[in-house]
Amino acid sequence: MSGCDRVNAISPAPPASDASRDRGGPAQPLLIARDLRKHFKVQGGGGAFVRAVDGVSFTLFKGETLGIVGESGCGKSTLARLLLHLLRPDSGELVFDGDTVAEMRGISVNALRRQVQMVFQDSYSSLNPRMPVRDTVAFGPFVHGKGKAAARDIARSILSRVGLDPDLFGPRYPHELSGGQKQRVNIARALAIEPRMVILDEAVSALDKSVEAQVLNLLRKLKADFNLTYLFISHDLNVVRYISDRVLVMYLGAVVELGPVDEIFSRPLHPYTRALLGSRPSMNPEQRIEEPPITGDPPSPIDPPSGCRFRTRCPFAEPVCEARVPEPGAWTDRASHVAACHIQVPGSGHSQAVAAATGGNA
Amino acid sequence: MAHTAILDHSPTQAGEQSAPALKVRGYWASVVYRLRYDPVTLFFGAIVLLIVLAAIFAPLLAPFDPYRESIIGRLKPFGWRNHLLGTDELGRDLLSRLLYGGRVSLLMGVVPVFIATIVGGSLGIVGGFAGKSVNTAIMRTMDVFYAFPSVLLAVAISGAMGGGITNGMIALSLVFTPAMCRVAETATAQVKSLDFVEAARATGAGTFTILRYHILGNVLGPVFIYASTLVSVGILLASGLSFLGLGVRPPTADWGLMLSTLRQSIYVNPVICALPGAAIFITSICFNLVSDGLRAAMDVRM
Repeated sequence: MSGCDRVNAISPAPPASDASRDRGGPAQPLLIARDLRKHFKVQGGGGAFVRAVDGVSFTLFKGETLGIVGESGCGKSTLARLLLHLLRPDSGELVFDGDTVAEMRGISVNALRRQVQMVFQDSYSSLNPRMPVRDTVAFGPFVHGKGKAAARDIARSILSRVGLDPDLFGPRYPHELSGGQKQRVNIARALAIEPRMVILDEAVSALDKSVEAQVLNLLRKLKADFNLTYLFISHDLNVVRYISDRVLVMYLGAVVELGPVDEIFSRPLHPYTRALLGSRPSMNPEQRIEEPPITGDPPSPIDPPSGCRFRTRCPFAEPVCEARVPEPGAWTDRASHVAACHIQVPGSGHSQAVAAATGGNA
Repeated sequence: MAHTAILDHSPTQAGEQSAPALKVRGYWASVVYRLRYDPVTLFFGAIVLLIVLAAIFAPLLAPFDPYRESIIGRLKPFGWRNHLLGTDELGRDLLSRLLYGGRVSLLMGVVPVFIATIVGGSLGIVGGFAGKSVNTAIMRTMDVFYAFPSVLLAVAISGAMGGGITNGMIALSLVFTPAMCRVAETATAQVKSLDFVEAARATGAGTFTILRYHILGNVLGPVFIYASTLVSVGILLASGLSFLGLGVRPPTADWGLMLSTLRQSIYVNPVICALPGAAIFITSICFNLVSDGLRAAMDVRM
């Protein structure tokens, strides 16, 4: 894998163990999710289910940052928990670096958790209030069989890597830290067991803008230092644009669009993505948004609309959208740009469907 | 894009962490620190300590044998023939009996609470953490005990098993266990749903590791506070049992029993009859106030 991985080239200190853990080589995606589903039973709902995640498939390539955006309640956080098996998927398949997860002849959930870590949104409740910061960070290595002293040494070095002086901050309790400092501790905790992939679930959303910028830059630096792959979940489009290589747009538990970040922001294919981008406040008061880009609330995930989920709010909805579920085109590599919309499928029956020549893929 | 330009600045962490090195205390050290500045708790804590010491060293402190009766010296007033607090209905020295009685009362207040904390606390933590059917099984069983008023339950159990200190303590333990279990269960279920437990699971920690390092420390506080309030209830209930003749047997010195036997003499020497009651009252209110102070010192927004 000589220099194929562009992150390796700029990494000042790649962890020694990384090469040995890279089983599939640079071409093998780090994580493949196939048709993940998670339905929650509604309490007292007479057998009704909330379709929180309803058939999500995507591929996470090594060394990239995949941003996941969508409205509140579209299943972003549930998806994150499915990927770590904190919630057990109802159906679907996870493939981590060529190995299926939690299946025969695959790797165990514990082996997955050695390599994938998560940073939670709520920096306060994700730290144990009765545990000094250094013990929180040392907990991961300790669980994975390092001695207490060795685990503390790791915690010291990781704390300094995230910009916290271990002597000053190590013995402190979470309530003695600011929001940004707490989130740095959470990042340190995630990195302490040397994962290859980090899921950042709204990791900077609760921070002040200035602190958010610092933490984002820290995340960028750590990604290079530790040779990481990020799955970055956020509702903040500007932040996603800043940090992501590719973007996945979710609506009501399903993928509506997936593509490189510049493509998504400059040439969105799906009407929902366009509405989402149009909802950003303009930086220029002369160009303020006059019309709402989208109206209404998302339909209930208990009983999503037939066919295309977005058709109830879509300005281009036609009978075909009600009749058939649009499938996102097949993606092949990092440059693929696909959308689950009948307009993007030639011959779908939609009056505005694109001609066959251009196809759905960019 | 302007926003991106701001983000592109190199990370400046100076503003975020230039705070001077503040003194870092552990949790229990900070509790002790706050208690030191709470005169009410300190005062009543000192009284509790005095009562406990007096009970422990009763054989050394008691001026007379608490069981030596005297036909002539019955129900005598304060100071009669060196009997500092007078004598009871059989002519026994009241001060000595109060000192010895404290031993039984404190024992019956503390031991059942301790047993209930261990048993109920662990059941509650298991139920709260396991959830689902395990939790239902444990908590519904506890609810059966809740169906009876606590005094009635204590009376019924010690009535069925017969009197005596041991049976009384068993009865009180059974009364306290469901309440303790419920407190531990609630606290555990609350902590369990917080992100740091999920984060610990995500690092690959097993159930016992999570329980030991993440749940226990956060549950012990509320459990400990609740236990300290139960001590005074325990003393009261134990006295009640003795008063009804279900606790210790005569002639053992016990505050509740003394209250019961002196009751008949209330028209002869009311002040002396009130003394065991006063001992019960002072002890339980001191325990209550101390546990209030503890709760305040431990209940920190963290």
